[in-house]
Parts: sequence; C-alpha cells; structure tokens
Amino acid sequence: MSAAATTATSATAAGRNGDVLVHIEGLKVHFPITSGVVVQRKVGAVRAVDGLSFDVLRGETLGLVGESGCGKSTTGRAILQLEKLTGGHVLYEGADLARLRGGALRRQRRRMQMIFQDPYASLNGRMTLGRIVGEPLLVHKLRPRNEREGRVKELLKLVGINPNTINRYPHEFSGGQRQRIGIARALAVEPNFIVCDEPISALDVSIRAQIINLLQELQRTFGLTYLFIAHDLSVVRHISDRVAVMYLGRIVELAVNHELYEEPLHPYTQALLSAVPIPDPAVEERRRPVVLAGDVPSPASPPPGCHFHTRCPAAQEGLCDVDDPALREIRPGHLVACHLVTETDYPRIRSAEERAATVGAAGVDAPEGGAS
Amino acid sequence: MSPGKPPDEFVPGIATDLDPEGLPKPPDDRALGTTSDLEEPAQEPGGPTTDDFEAGDGDPAGSVEPEFEVALAGEGHSAAMQAESEIIGAEAYGEWLPEAEVIQARGTWTEVWRRFRKDKFAVGGLVIIVLLVVVAVFAPWIAPHNPLTQYDSGLSAKGQPLPPSSHFWLGTDLLGRDLLSRLIYGARVSLVIGILANGFALFLGVIFGILAGYFRGGLETFIMRATDVMLAFPIFLLAIALSSSISHPGIWVLVVVIGIVYWAPMTRVIHGEVLSIREKEFVTAARLTGCTNRRILTNHILPHLVAPIIVYTSLGIATTVLLEASLSYIGLGVQPPTPSWGQMIADGQQYYTSAIWLTLFPGLCIMITVLAFNLVGDGLRDAFDPQQRRR
Repeated sequence: MSAAATTATSATAAGRNGDVLVHIEGLKVHFPITSGVVVQRKVGAVRAVDGLSFDVLRGETLGLVGESGCGKSTTGRAILQLEKLTGGHVLYEGADLARLRGGALRRQRRRMQMIFQDPYASLNGRMTLGRIVGEPLLVHKLRPRNEREGRVKELLKLVGINPNTINRYPHEFSGGQRQRIGIARALAVEPNFIVCDEPISALDVSIRAQIINLLQELQRTFGLTYLFIAHDLSVVRHISDRVAVMYLGRIVELAVNHELYEEPLHPYTQALLSAVPIPDPAVEERRRPVVLAGDVPSPASPPPGCHFHTRCPAAQEGLCDVDDPALREIRPGHLVACHLVTETDYPRIRSAEERAATVGAAGVDAPEGGAS
Repeated sequence: MSPGKPPDEFVPGIATDLDPEGLPKPPDDRALGTTSDLEEPAQEPGGPTTDDFEAGDGDPAGSVEPEFEVALAGEGHSAAMQAESEIIGAEAYGEWLPEAEVIQARGTWTEVWRRFRKDKFAVGGLVIIVLLVVVAVFAPWIAPHNPLTQYDSGLSAKGQPLPPSSHFWLGTDLLGRDLLSRLIYGARVSLVIGILANGFALFLGVIFGILAGYFRGGLETFIMRATDVMLAFPIFLLAIALSSSISHPGIWVLVVVIGIVYWAPMTRVIHGEVLSIREKEFVTAARLTGCTNRRILTNHILPHLVAPIIVYTSLGIATTVLLEASLSYIGLGVQPPTPSWGQMIADGQQYYTSAIWLTLFPGLCIMITVLAFNLVGDGLRDAFDPQQRRR
C-alpha cells in the first residue's frame, strides 16, 4: 500500500538534498522456506528486507543501523546484487542494476564495492597481497601489466600497509591490517560507492578508530559515497551524514545525523538510542533506559500493520496493528514511518531530561580522533 | 600483479626502491626489519628452526605457485609488522621505515610437511609407499627372476611348489614361477590401478562436485541425487557387474571400472567443500571486483580444494588397491599370466596347508600397501587440519 507514497517522499527528499547516486525503491529480499524431499514446495518466506525505499546521495555517508537480524546486511548485499531481489529496483546513476547480467553487471559493479565485516574470511589465504589487490586491476584491465605492481603498492600505501609486503599472505597480518588490505582491494577498481558492512565490528576496539579515520580520509580524498552498516550507534553517529534506522526489514526513520540523535521521532529509534550506555556512572545510575518488552518477531511472519506495534509502548489498538505506516517526510529531510508522529507532535516514550542526558553522553562516546 | 607473474620478479625492484642507502641485506632472507628500531632483537621464533626443506621453498620453487599460506612461521613477522604499521599506520601512511627485504612467506606445503613429519606412523607409511613405487618402477632390475618363466627347478620332484630358499627367496608358485618376482611385478599392477583409477575418480568427482557445489540449482539436485544412487549401490557388486560384462578385463578396464565406481564419494566430498568455500567472503569479494566464474573457480576455489583432494586420494588409493585385489581374486581383474596380488592369493588358497607362502606373502603385500596409504592419508588429514590453522 505504501509503495507509491514512499517513492514520492524519498524522491522529494532527494530533490531537495542533492544529487542521488543510488536510488533504492521498494527493495524486497525474501528467502524462501521450502519443504519436501523431491519436489520442493515453498511454504513461506523470511522477509529479510521488506520494501525499502531510500536514496543514497553522492558524497554522503548514509548510516544504516538496527538490531541483529533486522536486514541491514541483506540490504547492503541486495544493493550490490549479491542477493536476488524479490522485488523492487536499485538504480545506480539511473541504471537499474537488477536487470543487468553477466558482463554488464561486472562492469557496473566496478563502481560499487564492499568492505566486509570479517577481515579473516574476506581475504583469500592462498593469495599474496599483490595478487589480492592486483586481481581487480587485472580483471578490469585497469592498468597495463607492467604498471600493476606499482599501482598495488600505491594502493597499499594509501591504506597504510607497507607496500613491501606484496609477497606476503594475509594470515601474516593482524585483523586491522587485513581490514586495510580489504579496503585497498575495494579501492583498486576506483569505485564511487562503497557498502561498509560492519567494517569495524570484528576489530579490536583500539583499532576501530584507525579504520574509521582511514575510511573518512579516503572519502575526502576520492569523494566516495558510503552506505555504512553498523549496530554501534556511536560510531554511526560519528561517521554518518544521514542515518536510517531499520526494524524487521523496514526503515522506520531516516534523518540527518544530528536530528535523529537529538530528537528521534519514532518510538523504536527512541528506545534504540536510550540503550546506548553512558560513560558516566552518575548519569547511568539515574537514567532509566527504555526496555522494550518481548523479542523481535520472526521475519518469517512479521506482525500485521506496523512491524513494531507488538513492542511499541505507544501503539494504538485498531490503528498500529492494522494499518501499515508509510515512510513520510515529517520535517524537511526527516522521514518517519509511524502513524502517531505528526508535524507538531510525536509519542515521547522518555522524559526530555533523560533524552538530553543520553544525547550529551553519546557524543562523548564517539571514537577518538574524530576531529580530523 | 598478475597471477601468472612470479612474485620473485618484484624482489629486485623493491630492494633497489627501498634500499636507497644501500642497506646490507641480512643473511637470513626471513629476518625482518633489521633497520627497524621498533622491533626488539631476538624474537623471530620461527627463524632458528630453518631447515633444508624451507630453504628450498624460498626460491623459485615456492614462487611458481604463490598461493599457499603458513600459520606458524609468520607470527614473528606479523607481530613486528603489526607493531610497525599500527603505530605508524594511523597518522603517517606511506612514511615507512625501510625494510631490509621483501620476505617470502613459507608456503602451505612447508607447513603441512612440518606437521606431517611429526607423525611417525605417517612418515613410515610414506617410506613404504616410496619403496613400493621404486620397486614397481624398477621391477625389471630388482626382480631376481622373470615373473612369467616357469622354472623346472621351481617345482619339487612331486611337482609341488618350493618353499622359500636361497634361490627362490619367497618360494615358487604352482607353476614353478618365482613368487618374489611375481610380487614385485604385482606391485606395478596394484599401484598403477590404484593411482590411475583414483585419478579418474578424482577427475569425475572434482568436475561434478564443482558443478554441483558452485552453480547449484537443478544441476546440483541432479548430480547429487545421482551420487546418492551410486552410493546406495553395493560397490563391489557394481564393479563385478561392470567388469564381467567386458570380455577381456585388463588393467585399463579396471581403471575405468573402479573410477566409475568411486566417483560418487569423491563428488560428495568436493561438493561439500565447494559449498562452504563459495559462501566465504573472499569469494563474494572476488565476484564484486568483477571476477568471472572461471577465475573464481581457478583462483579462489580450487586452491582451497587441494587439501581435501590430496587426503581423500591417498585414502582412496588404499580402497582401490583392495578392490583391485578383490576383483582379481574372483577372476574379474587382471588376467593371467600378468601377476596381481589378488589373483596370486586366489591361485594359492587351496594349498594354504601345504604351501602357506603362496597366500601369506601376497596377503602381506596388500595389507602393507593399504596400511601405508591409510597412514599417509590420516597423517595428511591431520597435517591439513583446518582446526590448527587460521583461515
């Protein structure tokens, strides 16, 4: 029901804010649940991503946050056509990626890369650094043979890896270094758009800030556009220009970074932000984080109406459990999918002072070195 | 850098690049960062254990296939490297302390060999296999007699086979032929069939396994259900049926028959491995950077199949040697007069009370061969064990 409305709003938002690099419309990824031994029957579907529409603007970092299992990673993979779309479109500079096959898709993918979560699984242990980073150059014939080695070294240098190590194997490097190598590989094809799929979740805390800073520096140098997927809210706050909050396969709120963190409108976003720990014992003792009742419903059978109504403290019977809220632009550039949010009012599930405490502290929580 | 280009070509360039002050090269090519003050002296745990094997690995032999990894030896380097790059890395990319030399990683093979060597049984098995191969290859020079000649002196006055003696070391058979010579030539048959039949099964298994595991879909269903059917078939009966339907069984027929019989288990193993590898993130990354399916298969998936292939082949050869002996025993294998261990047991079995050597020695040969391959297979499996390796 909401497809038309959502498209309209995201289109207007884009028109206002700037140049759209990736336009995602009604994106759906359902994984079939089959049963049967010889003849497989489809008995249901896990709706990992269930109708997403948003734009990624050129040069921005769009943060995508949500709990585990809400479909963040699937969204990233679906945009890069690593998952088969059940429905919807992904337009990259106006070209519909879902229609591309084979060579055409390979060429288009040159513009889009991914940085992976697990630096141990994302590098082929049987290849040297030179081959790992050089392979994209070879595949796309980006450099003549005799210049490839130099380019690989250049890329390694760019990400802070000693270029002399091109004959080494990934296992000789630490997690942080491996992540840098993965970034060098992604940069090899000179992409515009990079999906960062929890690029720092698997790293030591001490290394995280370095990788974040590296990503930001690369963004400035090459004008990259990031879709930054994470569940660490403070990191997302630090790196993102805009933030989209996902719940159970849908976007519930999308807004400019500071707006979302300072005044979250959707009840789920409010609850999510209240869960951010505050590194101040005094505040921590006083505040009462909103604890949502129950578990996230199974994406195989999401609840009717608003997906969040089963746990929402503000849910209204007869409305939220019946009607599926569209993602509406409540304020300029601030999109919310909630019936109860209006231009003048929204359900407050926490007192203002508690919110203020959280907001202030979440800023402190951002990684060091962010000023660069 | 192209995959075909040996990495050692880089070394001179780098050395000149990064040795502007003409820093002396350390004698040990794996000694790291002698110029780096970040590094404490006298670490390098892997260093002193340098052995001749790995010395050979450092040069072109190791570079031709530059796709194998190490687990242990690199740790000295990576610790130092890590210290270096993570201190410098965040602020000053590109400002590197000159490193003395590009360090060649020790290959997987070196690492596997290190672990394999520790397994005394496996090494014993390997020695036996090497001996068997030598004996089989040089049979004409090693065998004391012609295996097919029926010596008059090889039978007793009553026409009975002779027990082991100084002339016929392991005795003679019913026709007066030298048993030792026949065993030596029999090793040829067993090994040739064991290796070729397994190679054939492997060939089919890898192709079907990769097709099923990588491309999935209907093809996978078809291939895997076909292997299920094959596996449900009594293998021995199938082999009997196949070889008895051919009028003149010989070595080549046996190779094909055994290959056909054994492709199914191999397919299954490869299928499972491919399924797990194709979901790894580095395969996704390869797809994203624009690799074609062929490139992904050859550069990213096949190298990871080497370990299971080697392990299952060595175990499979043991099974194949047994199957060949069994088929020859019931007369469907290698045809006389070509000597084969199974057939020799069959010939001698009626005389086990009077001439035990006729069955004892061929039986021992089969047992030792099978045992050796099994020991080596187990040793290799342990040496390749992913539990011990960080992937």
